[in-house]
Order: sequence, then structure tokens, then C-alpha cells
Amino acid sequence: MMTTNAHTAARHHLLSVLVENKAGVLSRVTNLFSRRGFNIFSLAVAPTNDERFSRITICVDVESAPLEQVIKQLDKLVNIVEIDELDPADAIEAELMLVTLMADPESRSQVIQLVDVFDGRIVDVSPTSLTVMLAGMPPDLDHFEELVAPYGIAGLQRTGREALRKLGRSQDRLQVITGTTATS
Amino acid sequence: MQLTGAQALIKSLEAQGVEVMFGLPGGAILPVYDPIIDSSIRHILVRHEQGAGHAAEGYAQVTGRPGVAMVTSGPGATNIVTALCNAYMDSTPLVVITGQVATKAIGTDAFQECDTTGITMSTTKHNWLVSKAEDIPRVISEAFYVATTGRPGPVLVDLPKDVSSSMMEWYWPEKVDLPGYRPATEGDPALIREAARLVSEASRPVIYAGGGVLKARATAELAELVEMTGIPVTTTLMARGCFPDDHPRCLGMPGMHGTYAAVTAIQRSDLLIAIGSRFDDRVTGKVSAFAPNAKVIHIDIDPAELGKVRRAEAPIAGDCKVVLSQLISALGEILPRASEPREPEAPSSRLGPWHSEIDEWRARYPLTYDREPPDGALKPQYVVECIRSTVPDDTILVAGVGQHQMWASQYWRFNKPYTWVNSGGLGTMGFAVPAAIGAKVAKPEAMVWAIDGDGCFQMTAQELITAASEGIPVKIAILNNAYLGMVRQWQEMFYAERYSEVYLSPDLPDYVLWAEAMGCTGFRVETSEEVPSVIEKANQIDDRPVVIDFRTDVFEKVYPMVPAGASNDDIIVDPAHGEGGA
Ligand SMILES: Cc1ncc(C[n+]2csc(CCOP(=O)(O)OP(=O)(O)O)c2C)c(N)n1
Ligand SMILES: [Mg+2]
Repeated sequence: MMTTNAHTAARHHLLSVLVENKAGVLSRVTNLFSRRGFNIFSLAVAPTNDERFSRITICVDVESAPLEQVIKQLDKLVNIVEIDELDPADAIEAELMLVTLMADPESRSQVIQLVDVFDGRIVDVSPTSLTVMLAGMPPDLDHFEELVAPYGIAGLQRTGREALRKLGRSQDRLQVITGTTATS
Repeated sequence: MQLTGAQALIKSLEAQGVEVMFGLPGGAILPVYDPIIDSSIRHILVRHEQGAGHAAEGYAQVTGRPGVAMVTSGPGATNIVTALCNAYMDSTPLVVITGQVATKAIGTDAFQECDTTGITMSTTKHNWLVSKAEDIPRVISEAFYVATTGRPGPVLVDLPKDVSSSMMEWYWPEKVDLPGYRPATEGDPALIREAARLVSEASRPVIYAGGGVLKARATAELAELVEMTGIPVTTTLMARGCFPDDHPRCLGMPGMHGTYAAVTAIQRSDLLIAIGSRFDDRVTGKVSAFAPNAKVIHIDIDPAELGKVRRAEAPIAGDCKVVLSQLISALGEILPRASEPREPEAPSSRLGPWHSEIDEWRARYPLTYDREPPDGALKPQYVVECIRSTVPDDTILVAGVGQHQMWASQYWRFNKPYTWVNSGGLGTMGFAVPAAIGAKVAKPEAMVWAIDGDGCFQMTAQELITAASEGIPVKIAILNNAYLGMVRQWQEMFYAERYSEVYLSPDLPDYVLWAEAMGCTGFRVETSEEVPSVIEKANQIDDRPVVIDFRTDVFEKVYPMVPAGASNDDIIVDPAHGEGGA
């Protein structure tokens, strides 16, 4: 598998943000980003195993604002419980892509070969097209997208980056912001 | 005990110790206006919801307790947004209750529906849309907790009409459970030690005290720090009164219209101790040229302020009151006792040369204006000085926004904390009249004067009807220069005297008649000679509001001035000083 970093690597940082599952919490987060002029590359949200909380993975453009400001401003949102800052080097990142590709009988076998190389799965088939599900490192998805583009993309959806910190690595680049320097 | 949501709301406010609220009813909030009749809470009916918001701010600024306002959905809610934003910028604790259309109608463009929580998301510290009556006591206790702790600020609770009408079983939550909300209080001891070391080594230190000192009720600690170290103090527009102007170490206000001594002392300092201040652009001017040789100790309860504008050598997140006491005890351990036996004011003390340098600036460039103008014009600064000279130190001064606000801040001598109420961060014209009402309601025993502009007065004057009918005797001095004066000043200085849409007229409206029509006593003053006697008359009136129309010099400008975006080294002093500047 290819693991070259995408061009965004130097500019992006990942924030794994644990939020209370309250109405409007996502809009509070996005509102803060637009209000303060912070840019987002991608954003993925889903409930966690604890139903009170959801996790938002935000891929932040650190050229638009100092990461420290982004984290401190986010931390002021009452519904944000914890912010984990992940340097891309210390994180496992993954993203899911669903893509419908034009694949007539002539090109079909080439498309299927590419899907195989990238460990993708064909989840739907019609006489003229295929729908593929592909999970992997975001740069691999970028690469796949480039390679299949010439066959014709009829529809494409990516989830945005998901991330968790790598296990058993030194913790020094990981910073858990809890918002407290205080006694209680 | 079964209560309606509306009864539970009022009972929750009572449980929070609310004594006064400002508001105006309408359809969606109707259920809540019924139990108010039986409540111990005094409700003051304003004439515009913006007035309710600013009155609640005035109340909060002089007491430190949260101001409470209640309005209806839609236009009621949008009318109070300005006050929410103002309170957000100035970190004033407010709890605003808005009615909302019934839960089922939300999202249908129902009559007087608006997305209140959406609109106010970025102008509140937090907001809540209540979906069940049983949530009301919990939400109200959370709302007061969030508004008043950490960096204070406004919060909003949006209450749909069906929720306030439905029944719930009364309870009062024992504690607030907000897993994501943990305000810092104590400063990091290692950083405190570092700060103490910086203080002990500095030879040109300055304190840059901001509104946070007042919010944290840390004025006694600030005074103790100054007594201990002899460090001079500047007080920002939001912090006027947190340290007495009459104290020899007080340099007054820094920033765009700050005193020459305050601005220059900061510029030449080797250590800047920022306490509850946020390096606002009106203080720093051009950031890269601000206090270029200073190391910085920055104390603030909001960690996001640390490093936002200026990197600090000692960034300390914590409550100013707590951190200052920590700093004072750390200093007590390291300040050299033998060489400096607690006499920081002695000329031989380490800061002696710094004090005398500052004193020279003070003597050379005091605040000044032409006291005997050849045309005999009534000077606005004189009006401020004259009012101040007739009233006690605990008089509360409120201001609008513009030139008159700057003169008020410059020429009033503030010797007591919580005697100055103004709109700093947002600069909201129309703030003064309603905020004065809120301040007077909070402190009926204190005299409350407002210095207002003619432009500002026209924005919210109708609240004087509220004041007259509720028996709230505030005194409003309009510095009537017939212009949107501050804008005129910028057009004069930076747009080649091309005046565009700034003329108002001195006598349209007739402020005296208008005042009388609103149940106030009105006076007009056209010459300097009349000023003292009319002020004296106004001071005697305690049964109704007073409005004085002072016809002041149209051409007067606010000095000193650091032009927007310029370096503080390029301060322009009053032409009366002759060739000026640093
Ligand atoms: C609501 C609002 N609109 C516009 C402004 C811009 N502004 C700042 S000062 C000022 C003039 C204020 O005029 P006035 O109340 O007469 O005070 P003066 O400067 O003449 O003392 C204006 C228009 C503002 N601060 N607030
Ligand atoms: Mg004016």
C-alpha cells in the first residue's frame, strides 16, 4: 500500500474532540471555526460507545490560526468535554470512501484490478457501473481517486478523517486539554 | 409539588436570589408573565428590549451579580441581541430568558419565530433551548453558574410556550453537572514563582490592569501588590476605578485616548504585568510596536487570552484575585528585605528613577484642554470636571459611546471600584440611559450620573419613561455638540475635514421638551457660568430623572490620540501643549 503523505500533511493537525450529545453541539463547533476564521479540511462526527458523548474528528488547517488558539477557544465551549490533539505522526488515521465508477464491459476488468490493489470492496454492480467501498489512509484514497478518475466518477462520498492516537508511543506530542489548571 | 413550567422558572429565579429583572412581554413568553404577579421579584417594564439588556448590564456591572432580562420570541429576542453582544465583549454576567414558539411549531416559520439560539450562539457564553418543563430548574441553575463563574458572560435560555405551560414536579438541583466546563482558578505555582522573579528583577515595570480585576473582585489584592512593590498602574477603559486615580502610582488610562504617562510608561517598560486585560487593539495600537522591550506577565481566567495577541513570558491562567494573592506571597519570600525594607516609595528604592521619569511625563503632558477659550465656548471636559467636583466618590458614572465617553473616562476621578459603567468592547451607542437605570436600581443609595452624547441619547432615550414611571432618579448630562462627534473627529483628522453624515443639529430635537415629555426635569446650559448652579439643582432632585442639555464646543477633540493602527510611540497630544509627541 502507498503511504506517501498528501500535500496537506504539513498544514494539518487532527483534533479528536469529545462532545456532549446535546442538540446544536455540532453547529457550536462549526460556528466557532467560522467566527474566528479557523479553517477546517474535514470533519467527521459520530456517537461513541458511551451514548452521552460523540466524537468529532476535526482536521484543522494550522496555517489559518495557531493550533493553541484553536484548542483554547474550542475548550471554552461548554459542551466540549475533552480535546485530544494528535500530531499526524502519532495518529492512526482512516477514512471511508464510497464511489460509483463508470465501468462498461471493456474497462470493467481494469477497474476491478485497481479496486483489488487498494483492498477495496465492490458493493454494487450495474451493467455500466460499479460502486466501491474503500477504507484507508486518506492519502491512499486521494491516490485511488486520481487513478480511477479517467474511467469516470458518477458519484463519490468521503467521510473525512477519523483518528485515534497510536498505542504505545511516547506521549509527549499528545496533549490532552482538560481546561483545568485548577484544584477543582 | 406540581408547577407549570412558567411557575418553575420564576421559582428557579427566586432560588437564584434574583431581586430585579428587566423585560417586556409578548405572546410566546405570556405564560411566564402570569406568575411574576405573585413573585417577590421586581419586574421593570422597559420600552425597548435593548433597554432591558443594557439595564441588566448596568445592574451587573455595579453589583457583580448577574443581570436578568426577559423578553418574548422573534423581535423581542432580536432586539436584545445588541445587549448580549455588548455583555459578551465586556464579560458581563447576564441571564436572558426568551420566549419561543411552541416546540411543535419550531422550524415552521411560525408567527414570531426566530432561531434565537442560533442567532445568539456567538454572542453568548452558552445558550439553551429548553425542551421539557422538568428541565427548567436544572437549566436555570446551569445558566447562572455558567454566567457567573470563570470568565463571566451572558447566557440565554430559550423557552418554548408549550414548555412553560406544561406541568412538572418541582425540585431544585443540588449541584451543576457540566462535564465540559471547568474554569481555572489557581495559578500554576511554577509560573507564579517565575512571575515573582520577573517582578523582583524589573526596573521599569508597569501594571496594565483590565476589567478582569473588577470581575474577580481583586482590587484589594491589586492595591496590596502596589503598596508592596511601588509598581505604577494603568487602568483600562474597562478597569477605571479598580485602582484609585488619586493614588500617586496611578497613571490613568492607557490606549488610543489614554494619558501620555500611561501610554509612554507602557511603551518604555521592561516588564508589563497584564492583569485581567486582553491586549485589545484600542490599547496596543500596532501590536508589533507595543511595549517593545517588555517582558510580559499575563494573568487571566480565560486561557484563550494568553498568547492570543502577545506572547507572555509568564502566562498564568487563573482567577485574578487568587493569582494576585499567590503572587504577593511569592514576592514576600523573595523581595530583598534588608535593602528594601518595605519602602517602595522611597526615592532611593529600586524603582525611584522609574518613578521620577514617569513623574516628568506627567508634569509635561497632563490631560489638558483650553480652560479659557477665546470664543467662550463651553468645554465638555469642564462639564465632566464640574459634575465630579460636586458629588461623592461613590457616585456611579455611566457613559455612552463617543467623544463624551472618552472625556468622561479621562476627566472623572475614579476612586472607588464599580463606580464606572460603560460599553468598552462593542462600543454600543445608546448604552448609557438604560445602563444608568440598571445601575440605579442596583444601588438606589448611590447617585447615578450619565454622561451621554446627543447621538447616543437619541438611540435609547425612551427608557427615561421607564425611569420616570418606576421612580428611578438618574441624571443624564448630554454633551450636546450637535454632531456624531467621534466620527466627526476622525473625518477631520483622517479624511481631510470632509464631513459626511455626521451633523445632527443642536436643537432638533429639543432635549428639554423631550425630557419633560418623558416625565423628567429638563435643563439647558449654554455657558460655562451656568454649569455649577444647574448641576447643583440637578443634584438636589431625587424624585425624578433629570436631563441636562449642555451645549458644548462643537470643535473640541479628544486628546491624546494614537491613530488607529499606529504605534503608541506616535501619540498625538493636545495642540495646547505645543509641539508634542514622544
Ligand atoms: C450603535 C452604534 N452605531 C454607530 C457607532 C459608531 N460611532 C461611534 S461614536 C459615534 C458618534 C457618537 O455621537 P454622540 O453620541 O453625539 O457622541 P460624541 O462623539 O459626539 O460625544 C458613532 C456614530 C457606534 N459606536 N454604535
Ligand atoms: Mg455628539
